Amino acid sequence: MARHVAGAEIERLIQLLGKLPGLGPRSARRAALHLIKKKESLLAPLTAAFRAALDTVGVCSICGNVDTVEPCTVCRDATRDGSVLVVVEDVSDLWALERAGAIDARYHVLGGVLSPLDGVGPGDLAIATLVERCRQGGIREVVLAVNATVEGQTTAHYVTDQLAQLAEEGHAITVTRLAHGVPVGGELDYLDDGTLAQAMRARTKF
Amino acid sequence: MEWIDTALVLGSRRLGEADALVELMTRDHGRHLGVVKGGRSKRWAAALQIGNRVRAVWRARLDEHVGTWTVEPLDGRAAELMASAVALNGVQTLAAHLRLLPERDPHPELFEAMAAIVDHLGEPRLAGELIVRFELAVIEALGFGLDLSACALTGATEDLAWVSPKSGRAATRAAGAPHAARLLALPAFLVGAASGEPANWGRAGIDDLLAGFRLTGHFLARHVWEPRGLNPPTTREGLVSALTRGLVNDAG
Repeated sequence: MARHVAGAEIERLIQLLGKLPGLGPRSARRAALHLIKKKESLLAPLTAAFRAALDTVGVCSICGNVDTVEPCTVCRDATRDGSVLVVVEDVSDLWALERAGAIDARYHVLGGVLSPLDGVGPGDLAIATLVERCRQGGIREVVLAVNATVEGQTTAHYVTDQLAQLAEEGHAITVTRLAHGVPVGGELDYLDDGTLAQAMRARTKF
Repeated sequence: MEWIDTALVLGSRRLGEADALVELMTRDHGRHLGVVKGGRSKRWAAALQIGNRVRAVWRARLDEHVGTWTVEPLDGRAAELMASAVALNGVQTLAAHLRLLPERDPHPELFEAMAAIVDHLGEPRLAGELIVRFELAVIEALGFGLDLSACALTGATEDLAWVSPKSGRAATRAAGAPHAARLLALPAFLVGAASGEPANWGRAGIDDLLAGFRLTGHFLARHVWEPRGLNPPTTREGLVSALTRGLVNDAG
């Protein structure tokens, strides 16, 4: 039987760190040791940062982003084009698009995708709030920036169907989706047949 | 334990940070689970999409273990399916139906049927008809097969137009007429010897297709979904509405 080499508090710290993405028990032990060694310069400010985040972080009631202010920083930004709404699966996708600086628009986080295997249905996603947001007016384009997976694209079609009802109410909203094809740095030889076929079909004038 | 089989991907779930628990419909070993090591990596993302055909090697120390898959993509249908709501909802509905079968119970006929349907999901009329037939085959595989060969009341084999919602047996138009309000309509594409000929498939109208989905939906709900406390797959509803939209627009 392995002996404990540290007190219960340290073991607890290692156990919790081990639950973080990318950290297993061994790397959690190293991280814990590093934090303990840098108690004043790292552990104390990190603890304060955790406490502050715990006290202030919430989900934006408009778009579903996470932030310390309500509405979130993205929704508050008056310089963004409010007529374009980018629909993403998760907050990490919103952050990825923001990192890329690809579009200066507002967002809507669905909170996942339709997945019969995981029992995720339309009621589990923020689709009704998206439709309601569009119904309020001022939106001319909805960009479906969901993953190029079967579940992601099924969700995109479902959202499109829901938004089509708005056309009957007189809202003129264009629904677009991200292009599918060869990624930057991708070698044709290594791409799967379906992606290659899709890229060939969606070729553009050069 | 080790075996090799051809399979269709039914779905995958994340397992830990890097691996995936992948569900395959194999030709000879039925619906089967296994772990793909590193299955969440970009390398495997395209190959493990629902509807793709793979060559799968399953290994485990004991037969009752979950085991691991080594998969090699044979064809990547999923990317082609993404352009069409009928295709996307169709392939997920097929996967959801196969998930009703017991694990590791071989159903080579359903494997072949799904493989054939995936090839034709781009043709909505044919796909709709094939999926109704697939649902009838699933109901039969689960032990609740319908008898659409002859009238339960008269024994006649001509002019069958109704199905009893209780017994699942057909009735002729005339014999069923007095009870029409309580019977389910039997679509023409499921009736008669010629209906079994693939050359005659893909000609059903939208009304017949909708009747077919109502028929199979009733028996799936009665014998499978309700007793097991399941909801019908949301993708089935999406499939029916996409088919309706597509075929009505075509007709217009």
